[in-house]
Amino acid sequence: MNRTLYGNLIFELSKKGRKGYSLPQDYDRTHTTAELPEALRRKEAARLPECDELTVVRHYTNLSHNNFGVNDGFYPLGSCTMKYNPVINEEIAGMKAFAGLHPLQPAVTCQGALEVYYNLQESLAELAGLSEFTLNPCAGAHGELTGLMVIRAYHESQGDIRTKVLIPDSAHGTNPASAAVCGLEVVEVKSLADGTVDVDHLRQLLSEMGSEVAAMMMTNPNTLGIFEPRVLEITEMVHKAGGLMYYDGANLNALLGECRPGDMGFDVMHINLHKTFSTPHGGGGPGSGPVGVRKGLEQFLPTPRVKKVVVNYDLPEDGPTEWEGFIVDWGTASDINNSNKPLGSVGNFFGNFGVMLKAYTYILSLGSENIKHVGPLATLNANYIKERLRDSYLLPISGLCKHEVVFDGLVDKSSGVTTMDVAKRLLDYGYHAPTIYFPLLFHESLMIEPTENESKETIDAFIDVMHKIAKEAKTDPELVKTAPHNTPIGRVDDVLAAKNPITTYWKSKE
Amino acid sequence: MAKFEEGLRYSESHEYIRVEGEYGYIGISDYAQHALGNVVYVDMPEVDDEVTAGEEFGAVESVKAASDLISPVSGTVVEVNEALEDQPELLNEDAFANWIIKVQLSDPSELDALMDVEAYKEHCKE
Repeated sequence: MNRTLYGNLIFELSKKGRKGYSLPQDYDRTHTTAELPEALRRKEAARLPECDELTVVRHYTNLSHNNFGVNDGFYPLGSCTMKYNPVINEEIAGMKAFAGLHPLQPAVTCQGALEVYYNLQESLAELAGLSEFTLNPCAGAHGELTGLMVIRAYHESQGDIRTKVLIPDSAHGTNPASAAVCGLEVVEVKSLADGTVDVDHLRQLLSEMGSEVAAMMMTNPNTLGIFEPRVLEITEMVHKAGGLMYYDGANLNALLGECRPGDMGFDVMHINLHKTFSTPHGGGGPGSGPVGVRKGLEQFLPTPRVKKVVVNYDLPEDGPTEWEGFIVDWGTASDINNSNKPLGSVGNFFGNFGVMLKAYTYILSLGSENIKHVGPLATLNANYIKERLRDSYLLPISGLCKHEVVFDGLVDKSSGVTTMDVAKRLLDYGYHAPTIYFPLLFHESLMIEPTENESKETIDAFIDVMHKIAKEAKTDPELVKTAPHNTPIGRVDDVLAAKNPITTYWKSKE
Repeated sequence: MAKFEEGLRYSESHEYIRVEGEYGYIGISDYAQHALGNVVYVDMPEVDDEVTAGEEFGAVESVKAASDLISPVSGTVVEVNEALEDQPELLNEDAFANWIIKVQLSDPSELDALMDVEAYKEHCKE
């Protein structure tokens, strides 16, 4: 495709007066604005691009070719679990019987959809080892905020004012952000040299401020992909101080089918359906961040929640008949004034129902037997990469990792090639770059998460390329430092983009 | 390679302080600017703000990450380096010449807890 021509912005392709449509000759232009008050009417025409249809089609087709997704190639973006989104997920979510539903139609007219909703609530609870889930929150960080609101509501119902949240220094950045949005104060827990929580520091913090601690937020395995070996001790310590344990479900994929947050002593958690349960992620969203709680906290969960009911009828002809069905608990205004049900709804209607259909399809496709292989296979793939790359890339923490592995740049840094350069060079070879410069514990973090989906051939090919780049860094460092060379756009100027972002498409001459 | 400057006191979180009488000039070390990469924004306190040893007084944003600035001493901000507002890259050009805030020290004994250049060099090797 002619990128010089069609790779321009659609506004740059615009030619005054060019159209891809025609209106009827007798079209009454005054009609459309007649109902609008004068103050709301445009004074001048909107500056929309003017193009013929073919130009528009070529422009967007060109853009779509520049995209890179899991369907295009290996996408080892650490901490994001970019797993494959099976086609059957889309097929089910696209069924008219689901896609055509209205969120406010009466429950008796959509029992099948409510059954799926209910079954997903129950399946997630079982996989997490918790009591009940709400599917209302629309993304991971939204789930974190909801979970913290549940925790705050719980403490308030006990007449207990607790304002502090303990968060390890290796945590995802969303954890402290969610706590701050919830009006809670963040206290950092230090990590040991091996990247796990410093339990002595935690003990010290709890002795200093235990009665003020509302919760501790943790992700396990942590952001370095290391399983926290003292998690049971940690949850017990926090519980003794009267705090609750929050599990950040971003790294749940490592554990899926192997062990459960509820069994580790966590009280509240969120799950990213768009990571662990194979629904689209990133530009392909939207997300979904269901929140689960242990027994005793169910009444603090937001509504709506779908409940299963059994009604007994005594029919004149058939005698006693049992009817099993599903109802929606929307909560009521009086619930909101009741300290036991303070949250109401946190999202639009049921949340992102299409995403839930895909996640439930994934769970049913695997079944309870196959889902047990997810965590172990993701772990095997990450460890295989770790062992095969450690000659070329600096492994700061050896030993077993879980679903992802973190390197600290090249072993040989003498040529000045950085993690950023390696990531850019990977693009030349047709791979999406791994996560870089996170976690912050190392200067040159390079975080690879292969997921359980990839074949040995794919992973081997990636490993070969990584070794090749390490070699290039020695023999031809300039080649790596100026990469990428094979992409539509070369090395972008990060500094200029951060300092001087251009957020409008109009050229200054206009 | 990172440069180290004699005669300054350094903190574990890579801030330095150059003491002149009852005042101290606080900035980030050359090692820190190397690790951060290209600095694109410096979030600074205002004159007359109080800073406390061990607590954050601002942040440095680079293309890689945003990092808190931790004050090595307690005191009152008497001047901020306004040039950094428009030219945060000055920290990359010369981190020692371009201090971030000037503080009137409230407790000079806090300086004893900081590292001298030799100890700081060792700290950076770890």
